[in-house]
Amino acid sequence: MSGARFAASFAALGALLLRHRLAGLGALVLLVVAALAAAAPLLPLPNPDLTDLANRLQRPGAPGHPLGTDHLGRDLLARLVWGTRLSLAVGVFASLIAALAGSCIGIAAGFFGGRTDNLLMRGIDMLMAFPYILLALAIVAALGPGLLNALYAVAIVNIPFFARSVRGATAAIAHREFVDAARLAGMRNWRIIGGEILPNVAPVITIAMSTTIGWMILETAGLSFLGLGSQPPQADLGSMLGEGRNLLINAPHVSVVPGAMIFVVVVSINLLGDGVRDWLDPRLRAGQLSRPAAVTRIERADAGAAHRPDGALLQVRGLRTRFVSAGARTQYAVNGVDLTVDAGQCLGLIGESGSGKSVTALSLLGLAPSPPAVIGGGRVYLAGEDLLAADFERLRAIRGRRVAYIFQNPMAALHPLMTVGAQLTEAIRCHRRMPRQAALDEALGLLRQVRMPGAAARARQYPHELSGGMRQRVGIALALANAPELVIADEPTTALDVTVQAQILQLLAQLRRERNLALIFVTHDFAVLSQLCDRVAVMYAGRIVESGPTHDILARPAHPYTAGLIRCAPRLGGGRRPAAIPGLPPAADRLPRGCAFAPRCARRREACEAGKVASTRLSAARRVRCLYPLEAA
Amino acid sequence: MRYCLKRLMAVVPVLLGLTVIVFSMLAFLPGDPATAILGPYATPDNVERLNRQLGLDKPPAQQYLIWLGNILQGDFGRSYSLNRPVLDEVLERFSATLVLAGAALLLCTLWGILIGVRCAVAQYGWSDRLLTLAAVAGISVPSFWLGLLAILAFSVHLRWLPASGMFAVYGGGGAADLVRHLILPALTLSVVATGVIARLTRSAMLEVLRQDFVCAARARGIGERRVIYRHAFKAALVTIIPVIGVQAGFVLGGAVYVETVFQWPGVGRMLVQAISTRDIQLVQGGVVVVAASYVLFNLLADLAQHALDPKIKT
Repeated sequence: MSGARFAASFAALGALLLRHRLAGLGALVLLVVAALAAAAPLLPLPNPDLTDLANRLQRPGAPGHPLGTDHLGRDLLARLVWGTRLSLAVGVFASLIAALAGSCIGIAAGFFGGRTDNLLMRGIDMLMAFPYILLALAIVAALGPGLLNALYAVAIVNIPFFARSVRGATAAIAHREFVDAARLAGMRNWRIIGGEILPNVAPVITIAMSTTIGWMILETAGLSFLGLGSQPPQADLGSMLGEGRNLLINAPHVSVVPGAMIFVVVVSINLLGDGVRDWLDPRLRAGQLSRPAAVTRIERADAGAAHRPDGALLQVRGLRTRFVSAGARTQYAVNGVDLTVDAGQCLGLIGESGSGKSVTALSLLGLAPSPPAVIGGGRVYLAGEDLLAADFERLRAIRGRRVAYIFQNPMAALHPLMTVGAQLTEAIRCHRRMPRQAALDEALGLLRQVRMPGAAARARQYPHELSGGMRQRVGIALALANAPELVIADEPTTALDVTVQAQILQLLAQLRRERNLALIFVTHDFAVLSQLCDRVAVMYAGRIVESGPTHDILARPAHPYTAGLIRCAPRLGGGRRPAAIPGLPPAADRLPRGCAFAPRCARRREACEAGKVASTRLSAARRVRCLYPLEAA
Repeated sequence: MRYCLKRLMAVVPVLLGLTVIVFSMLAFLPGDPATAILGPYATPDNVERLNRQLGLDKPPAQQYLIWLGNILQGDFGRSYSLNRPVLDEVLERFSATLVLAGAALLLCTLWGILIGVRCAVAQYGWSDRLLTLAAVAGISVPSFWLGLLAILAFSVHLRWLPASGMFAVYGGGGAADLVRHLILPALTLSVVATGVIARLTRSAMLEVLRQDFVCAARARGIGERRVIYRHAFKAALVTIIPVIGVQAGFVLGGAVYVETVFQWPGVGRMLVQAISTRDIQLVQGGVVVVAASYVLFNLLADLAQHALDPKIKT
């Protein structure tokens, strides 16, 4: 079991290496082929154009002709090497021409903008209105057959690709500060372009070249194959294939071998190109394109140590979640969190951004995205059942049915292409089988319960057609769809206007009373929390530093951090400006050994930084993780 | 509806520009068509008469307008080499190309999306690695070579399928015969586009699967199949459809090679022959018809995307 997990955690790293190994392989093959092609005049090869009709159509392996001979008795190996030389040269030149012309157009359009941009890009659009190869054919038709003309045709056809991507990159930086500064300094346009723009768009040009050079070799070979490129006796790989085609049945090697060479060259280029793109595209490099699994990966180090759950609805004991990604330090986001929520109770989970409160909330039902998240230990008991030990189907039956989520940003959490009604009925029907119409009726009822004006009409609308407050009402309706026992609301009002915030809070308080709902309310704002929550848990650097009844903690905070947070909360009419806590929370990949808050704490003493600080009982209902609390027991 | 009209109106200048490019590219060729038709020993008198007959003595702008007026009435002129109206020849050949390209487009859309989704779902698993590698091979393969290999394997050695033509020469005809002849060329033509669509679908799906609404759908207890195939795929499709539109262009153009290899009587092979014989009217007619139909296809792809994504309202 642990072996499998070990393997899984290295799978991402393995894929990264594999990709780069493939890119390396591509580079190697390409290097060998290019070296052979470049050294063609020096190699001990027969003249590729020397005909020898007596020895025509020799099979591969014939004496003196390792790859055999063609219909005129010419040595195929020599022709292959010289043909590769020609094809590579043509491909590289075509791609250089396209890159040069396309980049000039793209930079001009992006840098000058306005009319110039409009005119140039309309022209480019015109070229793109043609099917790719058809345009090349039309250009060859105009210029006449010939290798050089085929090269021009293929280059012209690829100009739009370069122009578009370079224009985009240029326009993105044409009005950044450093460019404006250069302008104000009186620098001439061409110097700005050369000095500021070009270095910044160079990666884009490189990426575009790595994408297109393979195509260009394919296309020029294709035109030669059709007899429109290189003309006899000059032969590139494409025309060798085209000439050999008529002998397909009697002497297949004459056409199969040059084709295989094209394939090998282009595959190598594309593998190398993929590697180059991975390397140059920061988004891909950060491994962000990895797909989060349906359940957070669980690797509990404390698998044996079970707690005895008591009668609470939700009991979290020693929950640990970390983020593991290849090539970066492990981030310890949640480091042993204990929480308890009784039926119908509201618990506020408060902390600065980055304190691990959202990750805690998501970890409860295995929703923290993995990769990179890994749950490293702890128990999550829902009415006595350990959710972290449940299989996926069991977990799925609980998600949305007994425990539901309300997310911070309702626009992002709603499917953009499904109507509100469709999302609600889906949420209902995935837990309770019922006819579509019954589910829709229930959905409309839910929308009315969350005070959605004009529920029936709204159900037919898409999320982008609603206001922010209405979207969050839909988010709440979705959470309530199956009458859950516990709702976890992750900063549900942070993304909203202040006036709308108040309405949503009021709605939540009301629904909680009506339905006797248990609620975990994640927030960074004590003012919001005090309106809604019975109990508070204060989180700092992945640990609960203080917990207890809301009014008690608000009146007499024990942990210096809690006191700081309370001072931060703005009060209406309270003339004093809220005081910020000096300093920054520690980075999750470099947590201090002792109290994580010590570096920012005014009451710090030596013992604070010496070792782990345990959570101590302050009173029957309160706990604090501090050696020198503001309130004594 | 307003969007449809707007898109339709936007197509008109593109089509006009397209005719200008085709006309100007082919009208100012070095060497004049009259010499090409009459041969090198024509008398100046004859050349001049033919030029007048073809309208080549008028200024270029006027020539273009006359030509444009003619093609708008469906008159693309006569092919010198085939001695028949260009439009008849082009339409006949284009319908053959449409059968081939349409079949290939269906294949590459279907397989490309299936492979791409499969890769995204099994990211970094063995099937993903294998299929990703296959997709790179797919976009790198010269279709004219692949076609030859297919003929060698399936026609010459296994004798399963015919190697050339659209119908059997003796006793051919009918849908079954067409399908038998279509299989190899359509598969060959679809390979490159399949690779492109698979790669794009994979990255589009991965992009979507990271988004909040996927996590939210999971939090609602929606089954994983539905999350991937309904929620994620629906959102990814918005980026996939325009690429299918672009691939239609590659398939339509790539048909040139496949038609040549498999002797398919399509418009691509016609164009190659017309270029070799310098049959300018035929080249013009063929390019205009194919390019215009490509523009219209992209219009359809655009409208499909619009129907799918309610957010594009402008």
